[in-house]
Amino acid sequence: MTASVLRAGGRRPGRPTAMRRVLDSEQFNGWAFVTPGVAVILLFGAAPIIWSAVLSFQKSSLVSGETSTGLANYRQLVHDPVVGEAIQHTLIYTALFVPGTMLAGLLLAVAMNRKIRGITIYRTAAYATMAISTISEAIVFIWLFDPSYGIVNYAFSKVGLPQQQFLNSPSEALYVIVAMTIWGWTGFAVVVYLAALQGVPQSLLEAAAIDGAGPWRAFRKVTLPMLSPASLFLAVWLTINALQLFDEVYLSTQGGPLNATTVLVYYLYDQAFEQFNFGYASAIAYFLFLVILVITAVQFWAGRRVTFYRS
Amino acid sequence: MTATSAPVRGGQRAANRDPIPRRRRRLPFSPWHFVLIPATVILLFPFLWLVVTSLETEPEALHFPPILIPHAIRFANYSDALAAAPFARFFINSAVVAVTTVLCNLVLCTLAGYAFARFRFLGRTALFAVIMATLMVPFQVTMIPQFIITKWLGVHVLAGVGINHIGALILPNAATAFGIFFLRQFFRTLPVEYEESARVDGASRLTVLIRIVVPLATPCLATLAALTFLDSWNNFLWPLIAVTSTNEMTLPLGLATFQGAHSTEWTLLMAGNVMSLVPMLIVFFIAQRYFVRSVAATGLAGT
Repeated sequence: MTASVLRAGGRRPGRPTAMRRVLDSEQFNGWAFVTPGVAVILLFGAAPIIWSAVLSFQKSSLVSGETSTGLANYRQLVHDPVVGEAIQHTLIYTALFVPGTMLAGLLLAVAMNRKIRGITIYRTAAYATMAISTISEAIVFIWLFDPSYGIVNYAFSKVGLPQQQFLNSPSEALYVIVAMTIWGWTGFAVVVYLAALQGVPQSLLEAAAIDGAGPWRAFRKVTLPMLSPASLFLAVWLTINALQLFDEVYLSTQGGPLNATTVLVYYLYDQAFEQFNFGYASAIAYFLFLVILVITAVQFWAGRRVTFYRS
Repeated sequence: MTATSAPVRGGQRAANRDPIPRRRRRLPFSPWHFVLIPATVILLFPFLWLVVTSLETEPEALHFPPILIPHAIRFANYSDALAAAPFARFFINSAVVAVTTVLCNLVLCTLAGYAFARFRFLGRTALFAVIMATLMVPFQVTMIPQFIITKWLGVHVLAGVGINHIGALILPNAATAFGIFFLRQFFRTLPVEYEESARVDGASRLTVLIRIVVPLATPCLATLAALTFLDSWNNFLWPLIAVTSTNEMTLPLGLATFQGAHSTEWTLLMAGNVMSLVPMLIVFFIAQRYFVRSVAATGLAGT
């Protein structure tokens, strides 16, 4: 009795009590450590995946509650002309934005991957675009491309081009959004490519030069293959983000004019939180998920064949 | 002088039948400046134009052709913008949300990531698989149920985490699947010997994590902090859904609402935009090294 009190009080290492053994076990600690974080993810990340799948088979709104409708939402999706337009706009946008950003990032990263005067200023300018939020970016670009007072139209008039309606024109609005998002993502692409360029061994480039390769040939045959993992990463990452385009559309055109910039996520948002068609919106969300999965899978499959991994 | 000496040198070389082709005359500066200068102008011009417009008077801003240098610098646009919308409030909300989200993520993801990396416990594999599955699903799939859950929590559990409170912007992002995965991968690369010897000396598992593992993971934690901060600061869609009252808005949402109400008052809008932008630019340039390294790390990790 006295001994055990002493032991506990003096914290001498001794035979651990059952309680202590439990408190020190991997079982107990494992669960104790993961519970808070996993609870958040299960509640806000995992459960909603199943829930929205259920919703997509229901007709539900804040007013009338839920009623089961089977596949009606998916059938509506197939026949909805706006969904067709939204897919088209999303794919056009992605097909322009992803290569555009990658090319701009690659060109600038190659140009910046050397010790020349003013390099810090150049790099800082590229990085600065990473600090600007999509909302700030969109507001500035709406102003730059304003049809009546914008400086871009002024520049057009200076070089003799006709005045454009830009975001007010159904045939131009999507391309203005492409331009503003490429501008906003260039810094990101530059950072990724610069990091990858630093991993290209100088010895390989020297060997290519000794073998008589000019700078362009060395770039194509040595640098570009060495950059291919970074290119694959950027292609996948930018595509996932492009398919989820929303902020700039919401701010600059609200999907207009004449649905010309209605992309999938904007239509989904509109259905969910303007029309409160939770069921239909969930079906669109699952369709979007499918599109992202398929396109990403194709990219990885195609990328594997052209990507060069050193290890 | 140079003009005369160059042909002479070339002549000599030709006379010597030098097999090395004559080098092109070198520019006094790198030709890459021809790429970098226009690119930098394009990258920086929107920032510059934003500041210029924010300092002009209304007639100057709407003048065509545009006035590149304002005649009288008008700071009153800034006070007018502050009077029209509570930008200080937006800033504080954004800062509270971003900092709290980062701290929660650091603590929760470290705990969970470490347990997944080191402990064997019942259901570990299944739980980890579920977490990895959520990583692949885009936010648009989960946002409607997330909205319903948040609304329910606010009504039935705690108003502070319900719709229209900034708690609703923190709690759903308090731990991320990416953070847990990212840290678990790192913890698995650490040699287990330090931890084992601390255990032999009688340290509890939590003490080992805090005193031995976390100091070794500092660069990794800084990366996670920088990425989480950027994500939280720029998040727009979830705040747009979860918050409608002006007092609870973050900067992007506040700015978007301000734009909706003053869409033609360009000087006011640009002043508000400058105020929303400057805090992040300052943070970004102070911690530029961290942000750039973190973004580069995701790129390299993805490859």
